Amino acid sequence: MFDLSLVAARDALAAKKFSARELTTAYLGAIEKLNPDINAYITTLPEAALAQADAADISLAKGEAGPLCGIPLAIKDLFCTKGVRTTAGSKILSPFIPPYESTVTANLLRDGAIFLGKANMDEFAMGSSNMTSAYGCVTNPWTRRGDNRPLVPGGSSGGSAAAVAARMALGATATDTGGSIRQPAAFCGIVGIKPTYGRCSRWGVVAFASSLDQAGPVARTVEDAAVLLGSMAGFDPKDSTSADIAVPDFAAACKRGVKGLRIGVPREYRLDGMPPEIDALWRQGLDWLREAGAEIVDVSLPHTKYGLATYYIVAPAEASSNLARYDGVRFGARTPGRDLTELYENTRADGFGAEVQRRILIGTYVLSAGYYDAYYLRAQKVRALMLRDFTEAFETVDALLTPATPSAAFGQGEKMDDPITMYLNDIFTVPVNMAGLPAMSVPAGLDAQGLPLGLQIIGRPFDEETVFAVGAAIERAAGFSTLPNLRAGA
Amino acid sequence: MAYTLEGSTGTWEIVCGLEVHAQVISKSKLFSGASAAYGAEPNTQVSFVDAAFPGMLPVINRECVAQAVRTGLGLNAEINLWSRFDRKNYFYADLPQGYQISQFAHPVVGKGVVEVTLADGSTKQIGVTRLHLEQDAGKSLHDQDPSRSFIDLNRSGVALMEIVSEPDIRSPEEAGAYLTKLRQVLRYLGTCDGNMDEGSMRADVNVSVRKAGEDFRTRCEIKNVNSIRFVMLAVEAEAKRQIGVWEDGGDVVQETRLFDPTRNETRSMRSKEDAHDYRYFPDPDLLPLVLEQAWVDELKSRLPELPDAKTARFVRDYGLSAYDARILVMEQATADFYETVATGRDAKLAANWMMGDFFAALNRTGRTIEDSPVTAANLAGLIDLIADKTINGRIAKEVFEAMVETGQAAGVIVEAKGLRQVTDTGAIDAAVDAVLAANADKVAQYKAGAEKLFGFFVGQVMKAMAGKGNPALVNEALKARLS
Repeated sequence: MFDLSLVAARDALAAKKFSARELTTAYLGAIEKLNPDINAYITTLPEAALAQADAADISLAKGEAGPLCGIPLAIKDLFCTKGVRTTAGSKILSPFIPPYESTVTANLLRDGAIFLGKANMDEFAMGSSNMTSAYGCVTNPWTRRGDNRPLVPGGSSGGSAAAVAARMALGATATDTGGSIRQPAAFCGIVGIKPTYGRCSRWGVVAFASSLDQAGPVARTVEDAAVLLGSMAGFDPKDSTSADIAVPDFAAACKRGVKGLRIGVPREYRLDGMPPEIDALWRQGLDWLREAGAEIVDVSLPHTKYGLATYYIVAPAEASSNLARYDGVRFGARTPGRDLTELYENTRADGFGAEVQRRILIGTYVLSAGYYDAYYLRAQKVRALMLRDFTEAFETVDALLTPATPSAAFGQGEKMDDPITMYLNDIFTVPVNMAGLPAMSVPAGLDAQGLPLGLQIIGRPFDEETVFAVGAAIERAAGFSTLPNLRAGA
Repeated sequence: MAYTLEGSTGTWEIVCGLEVHAQVISKSKLFSGASAAYGAEPNTQVSFVDAAFPGMLPVINRECVAQAVRTGLGLNAEINLWSRFDRKNYFYADLPQGYQISQFAHPVVGKGVVEVTLADGSTKQIGVTRLHLEQDAGKSLHDQDPSRSFIDLNRSGVALMEIVSEPDIRSPEEAGAYLTKLRQVLRYLGTCDGNMDEGSMRADVNVSVRKAGEDFRTRCEIKNVNSIRFVMLAVEAEAKRQIGVWEDGGDVVQETRLFDPTRNETRSMRSKEDAHDYRYFPDPDLLPLVLEQAWVDELKSRLPELPDAKTARFVRDYGLSAYDARILVMEQATADFYETVATGRDAKLAANWMMGDFFAALNRTGRTIEDSPVTAANLAGLIDLIADKTINGRIAKEVFEAMVETGQAAGVIVEAKGLRQVTDTGAIDAAVDAVLAANADKVAQYKAGAEKLFGFFVGQVMKAMAGKGNPALVNEALKARLS
């Protein structure tokens, strides 16, 4: 049962090979067994999930099954879920039970999905390792060959990615502000897509950086991701930045093939000191696409080198403002003080971890009078130039292919001393958020130590279909079938 | 003669500009669907957006934008088809988001102008710098409990228009006239009720002083003044304080002050050094506000007639003096009342009745035009009875007082009290004859040249007829008999 992809499981449910209750029970068992080691879930929902499964079985019996009927999923703990504690990986939200359901999770429920629990994550989605979670780090189900030291799953959607990779869920929701879907997907050997900014509603998703945040799925296969995104996406009048554009059939796009597509190779992504195996995998990916009928074209994205610096101005600036509401006054954790100022100081000092505090400080600084022009305003100008780079590249190509990350998963505790080293993880993913584009990470091979590596496909705004087509072509060519040691059914 | 203040070192001029916060009349708040109505139980009109719960997002209320555009049009201002919302960041317990969404850099309305009329009849143009939309904060209640503060978020997120004037105001009178006119225009437009005592309109007053011909000196801002009279008092008190500081050899420090009406003085609230750094930046949850010219044009085509235009029309169409017209136009309801009374009647007579007995009666009874005991139709009916000579002017006053008391129509009262004017010449002649017969000595004096006595005879005849005699016929009959 655990070997089935989401789409295969859906077919099996429809064919009555097993019930939603059986499927859900199996996944709940996997969680019970593996979560103590992996810590992918902050909150599990066994009773609610079984109740949903029974309802799904009724719908299946009546032939009224939605596209995700009976499919057990993990929900990143950044999505507000009605009546279910939502922490955003932070202590400050430890007592928070939302009285509302986010639009994305409501869409999944509408389509019959079952929620197994709330997935662990870096605090407020700030991190690339899952080490900043107030609920303990997540352990990557993969280990280096001959080395049992625990590795990070990437972040911030590390719980979601680890849950899917270890088969503790058939798929998961995630969010991506600077790479938080694609990097953990790459580290865990699964598929993750960040759609175009505006494709999924941000309503009910705890905000990190509003102009960059975008929800998307992580899944075992490209087609699974397409099915999940098709359910999650859609215009939402409650989010002013949501796009009023019809959601196409992403799953159908997976079967399109790449014949005749022009695939761009941005030369600025060829970094000095990049591990040769990542460069080799990138060339391999281009060869696969060429063999499948695509044309490979060199392109230039000249402002790429400013991506990280710009991102680490824009994202903290927005975060410093977005996180002001966590003040201990109306909801969440409160540490008392003698007066209002002390209440704020105590609550926020206790409630926020070090990385969140660091980003609030950076963001406050770059927005301050006298620094705004030099930092925030300039960053916005560079951001516009980065978007122009992509726009010009897409005049000649249909999609871009790059590595997803500059390395495979690293060890827990590594890269913790110097935040800059940690920030470098996002070097290939951040420019995509700055430009609001859709991009997917698809597993394409292993490094010398046996850890998965991903390739990134970047598409035009609202052209996720081409991204799915290219991702599926790489998936087919790569035939990536290695599984992590830690997994259900092993 | 320009307004100035005398100090020990010479003559000073006031420079003043006003920032008026006007609460937008709308069903729901600027970015949420919660009710914006005034006076509900605390925290009963609060959505999750207003309380800034995690993941909640603002969505602009189209009606609030329309109200701002209408106001801009009413202030003869430029409408910016592209504007943007910024975040003004600061921490306070009644500011749930930790920031106020406001239009800092790109307001929806640009430069406009308000023309005010001063007591001497002169007019002056006060420039409007801008009008922008922003959220109101909640309310902190510090006086409900000895040790705790309470927060009411009903007002949190309600739409405000901040209307900023140029520093064109030169006297307390001009400040008062500007506010009065602004409030009048807002009420005409139906975009703000202007109720300063409920806080739906409040003013920040910027004041500096200078000697003739100088550039601007340092200004102070007096926050949240909540009546027109207090604004006028605050301008004067603050100007005098600053003159004192300068003349004592000191420097006026730029700061925020509060006006204390009981002591008629301003007090320092916080200095520039304590000023917040608001860290303004564009709100990434909202797209720029883009308006279509056609939509603006449509709003413009549906604007009501505004006070200046109405005043001009009253002068032109009803033959009123500019002064009378301005008084009748002061409130939309008064102007409407007047037009109902005046249309098809003697417009000047209608104006005299309104500004005389009618306003006096409202004052005396403490009623407003909306709940006046005498309706417009009834006042018109009274004037009709005068015009068709059913009653004379003197009786009309008596009838009017009865109308104020009973709310009845003039005709009903006239009939009930038998006040119909006597036009029967036989009855008049008989009364004249009786009066002349009883006053033979005065008749002799009159005929000897004491013509002033004519009025005495008229009075006696009217008295004899219980005031109901037709004055013209009485005069006529008297003249005939006495000639």
